Order: sequence, then structure tokens, then C-alpha cells
Amino acid sequence: MKGEIVVETRGLSMHFGGVVAVDQVDFNLRENELRCLIGPNGAGKSTFFKCLTGQLKPTFGDVVIRDLNVNRAHSHEIAGLGVGIKTQVPNVFEGLSVQENIWLAARRFHPAARARSLVEETLDRVRLTDIRREVVNELSHGQRQWVELGMVISAEPWLVLLDEPAAGMTHDEVLLTAELIREINKTASLIVVEHDMQFIRMIADKVTVFHRGAILIEDTMDVVAADPTVREVYLGHRKK
Amino acid sequence: MNRARENSWLILIGIVGAIFLIGAPQVLELFTIINLTTAIAMALLALSLGLVWGFGGILCFGQSTFFGIGAYAYVVAAINFGGTSWAVVVAILVAAAFAAVLGYFMFYGRVSDVYLGVITLTVSLIFYNLMRRTSGPEYKIGDALLGGFNGINAPPLNVPGNASWILFPEDVFYVAMAALIIGYFGCVWLVRSHFGRVAVAIRENELRAELVGYDVRLQKLLLFAVGGGIAGTAGVLFANGVGRVTPDVFNLYNAALIIIWVIVGGRGTLIGPVLGAFGLFYLISSLGQQTSINNNLVLGVILVVFVLLVPKGIVPTVIDLWDRKRGRRGQFRRHGRRQRRRGSRTAETRHEG
Amino acid sequence: MDLYIALALQIVYGIANLVLISLGLAIIFGMMRVINLAHGEFLMLGGYTVVISTNAGLNIWLAMLILAPLVVGIIGVIVERVMIRFLYGRMVDTLLATWGLSLVLIGLVTTIFGAQTATTISPPIGAIQIGDFTSSGYELFLIGVTIILSILAYCALKYTRIGLIARGTMQGAEIASALGVSTSRTYAITFGVGAAVSGLAGGLLAPITGVLPSIGATYIAKAFITVISGGTAILAGTLSASTLLGGVNSVLSYLTGPTIGEVGLLVVAIVLLRLMPQGITARLFRRSL
Ligand SMILES: Nc1ncnc2c1ncn2[C@@H]1O[C@H](COP(=O)(O)OP(=O)(O)OP(=O)(O)O)[C@@H](O)[C@H]1O
Ligand SMILES: [Mg+2]
Repeated sequence: MKGEIVVETRGLSMHFGGVVAVDQVDFNLRENELRCLIGPNGAGKSTFFKCLTGQLKPTFGDVVIRDLNVNRAHSHEIAGLGVGIKTQVPNVFEGLSVQENIWLAARRFHPAARARSLVEETLDRVRLTDIRREVVNELSHGQRQWVELGMVISAEPWLVLLDEPAAGMTHDEVLLTAELIREINKTASLIVVEHDMQFIRMIADKVTVFHRGAILIEDTMDVVAADPTVREVYLGHRKK
Repeated sequence: MNRARENSWLILIGIVGAIFLIGAPQVLELFTIINLTTAIAMALLALSLGLVWGFGGILCFGQSTFFGIGAYAYVVAAINFGGTSWAVVVAILVAAAFAAVLGYFMFYGRVSDVYLGVITLTVSLIFYNLMRRTSGPEYKIGDALLGGFNGINAPPLNVPGNASWILFPEDVFYVAMAALIIGYFGCVWLVRSHFGRVAVAIRENELRAELVGYDVRLQKLLLFAVGGGIAGTAGVLFANGVGRVTPDVFNLYNAALIIIWVIVGGRGTLIGPVLGAFGLFYLISSLGQQTSINNNLVLGVILVVFVLLVPKGIVPTVIDLWDRKRGRRGQFRRHGRRQRRRGSRTAETRHEG
Repeated sequence: MDLYIALALQIVYGIANLVLISLGLAIIFGMMRVINLAHGEFLMLGGYTVVISTNAGLNIWLAMLILAPLVVGIIGVIVERVMIRFLYGRMVDTLLATWGLSLVLIGLVTTIFGAQTATTISPPIGAIQIGDFTSSGYELFLIGVTIILSILAYCALKYTRIGLIARGTMQGAEIASALGVSTSRTYAITFGVGAAVSGLAGGLLAPITGVLPSIGATYIAKAFITVISGGTAILAGTLSASTLLGGVNSVLSYLTGPTIGEVGLLVVAIVLLRLMPQGITARLFRRSL
């Protein structure tokens, strides 16, 4: 709870025509914090991420990253600040090999030699060394998720946003992902969106619940899980 | 294709190119050599689109624009300077600069690829309409009359720095072939460089490239400008091969030709478009001295057939078939290698433990 | 005063001309998101239909208003059935295939009728007098036809079943398929209607421009610019872009000559795309037809 605030949104809103996907969100994230974001389908979590990374320009409100207002910034500029994001639908370079994917991310902000060693290091961390020459579009869903994770961490970001990183993974893969996330957290602040409650219990520190584009409650997992409104809107909603 | 095999192919291409460069003027007649110069210009033009479209994923239907601008700029500059040395430089720069300006509006406006194709084609057609109207004496740039429909005579290349030492057609052939070889290997180098690999990454997934921190718009603009510069160089060679530049460089037929070379040769390779250009150039020549119109029919049928039946183009399809034929063996070998590596890695860890 | 009327007429004609040559393209683009690169050749075929059938003795009005759209419309349906439908979902390939078609049509017409036209036809309406100025009666007639055509398109979009589907598609391609529409049949009809409108336009313009196998190329640059600048709303897009671009073109042409007029049109269009990359109707007139 100590570190300084690294991400702040003030009155952040995103409208799509008549749909209010994000509604006046005030949100803070501190240095080295690991925050989980949960909420029913369509709550606006992914849209919130897109506003943070410049993929969408907020209709109202501000996004401040390390005292810098990034409302008008482009995605690549925000990435240049040291922000990495894994999107909900895996976005990878489909026709390229695993190591080429990761090299492209590592090389962006590092000189060639450092990038090479980062690739080796990353392949090891995401356990893809054995299939490094394989073309990404031939891999399983879980492996593709890891390729994307690898791209995110190989750039050595200090802020990492993960949108449903464990979706579509087997139980073992989920455990490994949780471990990886805790490891990333040693050097970076994180926001993780997930639906899998067990997974969240594995990693969660503080949890923010989104509902209809707004923050419903923000507290530890135990408090959140015991909260009757959360149970109603979220747990009651979920089919799984 | 793995890197080692690719390299051996490149060496082969280099050798064939060099033999052709040195040998062709020895064995071929002058008329054929002059014709070849034009074919080489076309191949370089095809290469430029192969780079921009095949690797950068930029759907440019109007590569003829930069080709034509290069040709016109060369002629106009050469007439005004009284020599061709700087005219060549000016032509390449003007073509690249025009591509950069056009690219700025399209990439920074985030025009989608289908629009992009149509806009670039339209620009070429407008140039065609425009240059056709420049027949009066009032249409001149410096000393160069633009000549409307009839175009302008192109001053032949001279030895750099010596405007009175004009090259013979054989010498122009050497220059053209050398330009093609340098252009080809330059493009190979480019697509293997960081810049080129990012271009391919953008083709594969624009959003991811952006989220990883690359400025997609700038990256595309630069690649487009490089492509424009190469097309401009092709224009210079073309002006020398034909001896004349007319508005027809901008016309619809020409724009279609470039696309067809690349489609037939194959996107995603550099040699494909070059071979496509040579192949179709000789196909069209051998169709005889019929009017250019039946060529339309032939080209149209080729385009439709390739889009429907061989969408990848010849070179990638051949590589695929080759791979499949040898597939078993290759796969087996790769598998074996992987096993071995895994084995040695566990041995290492055990050793450490 | 008469000068101003003549000038105004010239501008209105410039706009109407753009609408006429672009509408068929816009219909196909709005419904299918496909830019038909053989559009110019559909116009060309309309022109040939009129010239040939008139020379064979058919009444010119029948040839222009009935036969040209009918012939080209049928060709459009055939093209959609034997080629385009195999390429759904492959935008770039569709574009390329229509380009191949364009070349094939140019080649075929040249093979059959030769590279030049043997005969031309003259406009069936002569000049008319406005005060001290003469104006082309046929151009006035074309302005009238364009207005009627626009009204018909409006009614078709607003009141027919296919118009309903069209509106759904223009708002977003998913909506139409959610309606459970047989997209295959819709596309065939769309392509046919778009081709028919192009055929009509080509036929109407034939007396002014004459016909050549390669005449399509002179139309398409302007038609592409108009449709892309307009965006996906078929009618609002075509009308707004034609008004802007046609206006600029006519005024500049009047002041400096046709060369600058055409450059002005291109420059305005490119700057417009920087500001509104999805076309005018993606920003303004959002829910229009
Ligand atoms: N580009 C868009 N255009 C229109 N509406 C959108 C767009 N993107 C999202 N929405 C709407 O905004 C709302 C929030 O969507 P969002 O994807 O942010 O939800 P989410 O919390 O990530 O849901 P999930 O858990 O299913 O991923 C939804 O109602 C969605 O339909
Ligand atoms: Mg989501």
C-alpha cells in the first residue's frame, strides 16, 4: 500500500454511441502493486484497458501514467513509457516463429545484443524454448497466450496489463501462469483481468470489481467475495 | 524456408545475375539488349511492389505513379541540367518524396488497405489525365516541354560527371542490370534487417506491433517511400530503355501489369515478382505485334485465374510443393534435432544440480 | 444574371455528372464493402449497348433508359454468380478479381468491335437558350435524370425489403446477417442493381463522350474518389461527396481550365481522407441512407 501512484484515472468514461462501457472511473494503482480486476461479461474491463493503452481515446476524463497525461497518446508511445499489455483475444504475429515474435518485442527498446539475451531469458521463463522455431499460428491456445505473455515481459515493462491471461489454459498451465505473474510482480506493477476465481485467489492482493462500467467495490479478495452486492451482480451472474 | 537454404538460393541468384550481366551483351543482338533494358526496368518496378506489398502488406495499386514520376523527373531534370548525373538522383528523390507525402495522408489518416489500393490507383490515373493535357507550349518545367500525349524524348545516361560522354545502349544495359542486382540484394538485406522484420510484423498484426511499441504509421511511411524510390529508379531505366516518356506510364494497363507480375510471381518473396515481370514481358512480346488490347484479355484472364486458383503465386507455391515432397524427411530430421536438444538440456541441468 | 445562371447550371451539372458515374459503384460498395474495379467497364458496356442498338435502328430513348441498364444488369448478375461469390470474405482478392474482369471486358470489346468506335451518336436534345447564353439541353436532361435516380434510390432504400437489408448492412455488416437474410441472394441482386445503374449512366453519357473500349478508365478515377470520400452510406455519401468534389472541380475548371480542376478534386479528396478516413458519412450524416 505504500509505493507512489503510477496509474491514475479521473472520471474516465468511454461511450460507444449510446452504450456507456466505462462510466466515470476513478482508479489508482501503486508501484509494485498486483491488482485484480473482475466483473461480469460486458462490465467494461477490456474497454478500460484499451483506454489505458491508447487503443481507445476516452470520451471524458483523464488517464495519468507516472504524472504524464496520456489521453491523446498513441499506443506505441504508451508502450514506450514501459507499459506492456496482453489483450483478451491473443494478438501475436501469426505467421512468424515464436522466437521472432519475442525478438520483435525485445528489440524495440533494447540494443541487438541485449535483445538476444532477453529472448533466451524470456523463452525460458515462458517455457517455450523447445518450440522456439515453431510458427505461432500452429500452436495451441495456451501456448499462444504464453507467446503473447513472453512478448510483454521481454520488453522489461514496469507496468503490465493482462486481460484474461489464463483463459483457455489447462489446469497445469494455469498454475504456471500464476507463478509467472507473481514473478513478474517482483519488478513490475500489474493489473490482471480474470474470470477464474481460483486463479485470482492464487495471485490476488487487492481486487477491484467492475459492474456496468463503474467500480462497485475495491478490497481484498475475502471481503469482496463476502460482499452481498458482488455476489448478486457477479457471482450470481456467472454461468461457470 | 530456413536461412541456410535461403542463403544458398541467394548465392545461386547472385551467380546467375552476374553471368547474365556480363554475358548477355556478348551473345545477344543490340536490339534484344535494348529490349532487355526495358524488361529489367520492369523487373525492378515489380521488385518495388514485391517489397511494399509482399513484405509490408501495403496494398498499393498505383506503384506506376512513382515509376512515372521517376521517369518524368529524370527527363525534365536531365534536360534542365544538361546532364544526367544529378537527374538520376533528383528522379529517385522526387519519386520517394512523393510516395512519402502520399503515404503521410494515407497512413496517418489510417486508411484501410482496400481504400489504400483504390486511392493509389486513382492518383496514378489522375496523373495520366493530367499529363495528357500538357501538350501546349505553356506546359513546361524550365526548358523541358512536357509534350502532352506524345511525351518527351529522354536524354540517354552519361558517365557521371561528364555530360558529353554518353553511354551506348550496351552500357545502359550494364547499368540497368547492375541496378537490378543491387536493388534485389538491397531488398534482401532490408527485409532481413530490424526495419524489414518490423515491416513483416506489421503485416502480420498491426495492433500487436503498436502495443509492442512500434510506430506503425511511420514505419509504413518509410517503407512506402523506399518502395517509391525503387520504382522511381525503375522509371529512370525505363526512360533510357524506351528513349521516351509518355503519359502511358501512368495508365490503367500499366498499373494492372505491375500487380499481375507480383501476383503471378508470388507475394512474400522478392525473386517471384522479378521473375513474374520477366516472364510476362516476354509472354506479351511473344504474343506478337498484335494491338495492346488483346493483351488486356490475356492479362485479365491470367489475373482472374491466379486470384481464384493460385492465390499465392508461382514461387511460393513451388516452394510449398517442394517442401511437401520432401516433407517427411525434413520433418523427421527437425523432430530428431529437437529431441536431441531436449536431451542435452536435461543433461546440463542435471550437471548443474 | 444570365451568366450566373449558366455558371450555376455548369456547377450543378458537374455534381450531377459525378453522382451519375458513381452511384452504381456506391451501391455495390455500400452493400458489399467491395470496390468494383470493373466499374468503368460497366459504364463502357452501357455506352456500347446504346450506340450499337441505336445504330441498329432502336429508338435511342429505349436504348438508353431500358436496354442499357438491362443488359449491363444481367452481366452484373452473371459476374457475381460465376466469380465474385467464390471470394466472399476475401476483400483484396475480390478487388483483384474485379480488376481482372475489367481487363477481360476491355479485351473482349476490343476484339469484337475494334479499338476505335466506328460510329457515334449525337445527343437527342439540342442546345437551349438562357438569355444571352446557350446551354446544353441534354445536360439539363441529365441533371433531371440524376435527380429522379436519387429519389428512386431513396425510396428503394427506405421502403423496400432489400432497402431494409441495405440499411442494416450500411450500419454494420453483422446486423444484416443477424436478420437472417440470405446474403448470397442479396449480393447477387446488389451486384446486378449496381451494374444496371452503371449501365444506365454509361448509356446516358455515350452521346456526349462517345465510346471506346478503354473509356472506362476516364470515369473510374472520379468515381473511386467520390465513393471513397463519401463513405458507406450509399445516397448521402455519393451526394455529399459529389457536391463537394464536383463543386470544387467545376469552379476551378471555370476559373483556370480542366487540368487544375482535376488536380483540385484530387487534393481536396486526399486532404478529406486525412481528416475523415472512413469518408464523410462516417463522421457527418451518420444515420443517413
Ligand atoms: N468497439 C465497440 N463498439 C461498441 N460497443 C462496444 C465496443 N467495445 C465494447 N463495447 C461494449 O462495451 C461494453 C463493455 O465491453 P468490454 O469488452 O469492455 O467488457 P468486458 O468487461 O471486458 O467483458 P468480458 O468479460 O466479456 O471480456 C459491452 O457492452 C460491449 O458490448
Ligand atoms: Mg474483456
